[in-house]
Amino acid sequence: MKSELMLKEEAKAKVILPEPVVSYIESCRQKSRPESHLISVLHKVQEHFGYLAKEHMDAVSILMQIPTAKVTGVASFYHYFNFTPRGKHRISICLGTACFVKGAGKVLDRLKELLAIDVGQTTVDRQFSIDVARCVGACALAPVMLVDDKVYAEVKPDQVAKILGEYGFDAKKAAGK
Amino acid sequence: MSKPMERLLELRQKAEKRLFEQKFKARMRITVGSATCENAAGANEVHKRIEELIKKHDLKDVVVGRVGCTGKCDMEPVVTVLSAGAIPSKYMHMTPEKADKVFESHILGGKPVAELTMRQQAGTKAAHYVVSVCGGSHCHKDTTPDIGQAFKDEIAKHKLEGKVAVTRSACQGLCEVGPVAFVYPDGVMYQKLTPEVVAKIVKQHFTGGQPVAENVWQGDRVTNRFFPVFGDVPFFGRQLRMTLRNCGIIDPESLDEYLSVRGYEAAVKTLTMMTPQDVVDAVTKSGLRGRGGGGFPTGVKWNFATAQKSEEKFIICNADEGDPGAFMDRSTIEGDPHTILEGMIIGGYAIGAKQGYVYIRAEYPLAIKRLEVAIEAARKAGFLGKNIFGTKWDFDIDLRLGAGAFVCGEETALIRSIEGDRGMPRPRPPYPAASGLWGKPTVINNVETLANIPVVILDGPEWFSSIGTEKSKGTKVFALAGKVCNTGLVEVPMGTTLREVVFEVGGGIRGGKKFKAVQTGGPAGGCLPESCLDTPVDYESLAAAGSIMGSGGMIVIDEDSCMVDMARFFLDFTQDESCGKCTPCREGTKRMLEILQRISSGRGMEGDIEKLLRLGDTIKKTSLCGLGQAAPNPVISMIKHFRDEYEAHIREKRCPAGVCAGLITYSVDEVKCIGCGACKRKCPVPCINGKPKEVHVIDQSRCIKCGQCFEACKFDAVKRK
Repeated sequence: MKSELMLKEEAKAKVILPEPVVSYIESCRQKSRPESHLISVLHKVQEHFGYLAKEHMDAVSILMQIPTAKVTGVASFYHYFNFTPRGKHRISICLGTACFVKGAGKVLDRLKELLAIDVGQTTVDRQFSIDVARCVGACALAPVMLVDDKVYAEVKPDQVAKILGEYGFDAKKAAGK
Repeated sequence: MSKPMERLLELRQKAEKRLFEQKFKARMRITVGSATCENAAGANEVHKRIEELIKKHDLKDVVVGRVGCTGKCDMEPVVTVLSAGAIPSKYMHMTPEKADKVFESHILGGKPVAELTMRQQAGTKAAHYVVSVCGGSHCHKDTTPDIGQAFKDEIAKHKLEGKVAVTRSACQGLCEVGPVAFVYPDGVMYQKLTPEVVAKIVKQHFTGGQPVAENVWQGDRVTNRFFPVFGDVPFFGRQLRMTLRNCGIIDPESLDEYLSVRGYEAAVKTLTMMTPQDVVDAVTKSGLRGRGGGGFPTGVKWNFATAQKSEEKFIICNADEGDPGAFMDRSTIEGDPHTILEGMIIGGYAIGAKQGYVYIRAEYPLAIKRLEVAIEAARKAGFLGKNIFGTKWDFDIDLRLGAGAFVCGEETALIRSIEGDRGMPRPRPPYPAASGLWGKPTVINNVETLANIPVVILDGPEWFSSIGTEKSKGTKVFALAGKVCNTGLVEVPMGTTLREVVFEVGGGIRGGKKFKAVQTGGPAGGCLPESCLDTPVDYESLAAAGSIMGSGGMIVIDEDSCMVDMARFFLDFTQDESCGKCTPCREGTKRMLEILQRISSGRGMEGDIEKLLRLGDTIKKTSLCGLGQAAPNPVISMIKHFRDEYEAHIREKRCPAGVCAGLITYSVDEVKCIGCGACKRKCPVPCINGKPKEVHVIDQSRCIKCGQCFEACKFDAVKRK
């Protein structure tokens, strides 16, 4: 029997998470070894919100009946999960070996310089965030830059401003600030 | 014949009939490569344009379909046009505009656009027939006559040089009937060649159009499907495709197409005609070793798990391809997902596991999607689930997504991750084969290993073990990338030398630069210099040279890269990926990284090299898992082979490759500078001063050494030292 407090907490958690995620968690709880689905649940939460906030993880903890400490522990272990809101456009620079050998580091430097943020950060206007990808498996196109799902191949530092321009970035305005 | 086999053959026949109606009866069949890399290069747009063109011209006898990636990454998107009686045309670097051109000339006009094909690019002349003579060691012994030369002589005698071209291929695994040669476009494999037979072929086949029937090889191997379509292009002809046998040949999202290439035949054969022990014995006999990097004999691993008594066992496919610079597994899954499922069904049956998991990186969305499609289709056909293939055996497969942790490639860490926990390794023994997932006996095999299983079963363990070297059997797929001309997936028999891979298949270094090193094995491997280029690729030889086979990343490095910087890059990676459980790895890699950073910023001290070596040795000996045990490898191998470069950094405070920012200065050559101002405009600091048409000067105190002025100058006036 669930106590009244538990039911209340569960009801609250169900409001925080989107309906498809809630029903996914419920389907996982029907399966054997439900706790093994924690990572895929976190994937779904991040897919929806773009990041994992404390209240999202608390809600997952309540609905999956897994201690918050473990949920947070698992989420923070894996690079794929992030805990701050991402920009409207997520930029990833691949720093795999092939990209590195072909100068991805310089592309990243230019990007950081133009957006005036560091890796893992989001611009003040929430338009762009920078991440570093370990290897996207498109080594022949190195160096590779991803904006949202679009792949830019053989990117040179000088092309970065132009690519950002496609997403509404104004280099002159940013420099003037 | 068993009932399940009859049923499978019936299904195959139906599939073939459907495919014939949909595709194969067409006058022309166009296939467009479709994989993460192909799509990134613009394959989707090309596919769409071709579909539109077919519709616009209302062509009923031309079809377009998609296939997995062929592995010729630097020429993507790749479009292949197949029609009876002609060598398949492989078009490269396609765009919608080029598709228009190909459509106009080739599809409508029947005239291939030679300048857009891979053959032309490779410098091979156009010909009606292409003879590809096997250049493998069995067919090409000193004691046997030179078949390639015999063909050339006979062709010259009959004045057929314009009509027939002769090329050389890698061993295609037909050693027992060699010497062999393949003739395009007729798809005829000639066996047991002698100069007399060659003379007959040239006369009867090339002038008369009639193949010499008594010398035609009649066998059928699952590994001989790729070569007839792509082998005339040197890059592909110098490979032997076993793992990637169907990549670029079949539509990865169609079960029918997989069935048509003898798909699931190996699974039904094992389930109905072999005992689990038979399967284990076959795999042991084949000599197949783990392709994920460890090189542990697969049969021994399976045998260990088979012997365990447990109600529940598991088989896991490790598709957490984390090595930066490696993409073999992604390509295999995206191009031929059913093969992995079939390998797992066979492995599950052998060890007694009824549940399989594929642990795959979340960073591979297309591979995940294709696996999901394949699993769904296999379940629907009764190949997964209860009583698979109509036998009494139950087996199912689920996907589990990784979340970006390199350490999860390690067996015990991967198991923790599937259990929904932090992916941290634990000490072994007990090995997973005794106590793995949820404490049950578990076998973990890498994607490439599993993709070889159907080959072992169908083409036979004896044949499989005839390819390769004494201790390393079969082939290995490498993801060739970096500063090499031909980048892409290269599958070669074990024992092929690094030189052959880099210079023959890979076509050498890009832009006329000098070869410096080849890096194998990713962050766990090492860098091998020119003096090691004749090392054969097999587990033992690469280890002896100071690197490892690894999972198959092969990055070619030229003179523009600094070895201290490379070592720093790899250490930065492993340090970041260290899970933190054991001290040697957590603290040791950090200290090594600090020393490397110190060296590359010009603060290196006498004795640093020795410190790195000592620390590396300790980390290797005392770390808990493979990540830590291998982390110092890149540094140690680079010091071994490029010690002078390290010494230059430390003693002379000089970076010979001009990479390490702390050790280089930029200056303007007063004679060459014309005062165009290009450098000044580019400088982000800005620290370059000078009036138009006057010599510019860099303010060294403010220079951040970004190198933009160096790249911007068209007059070679900015110097880097």
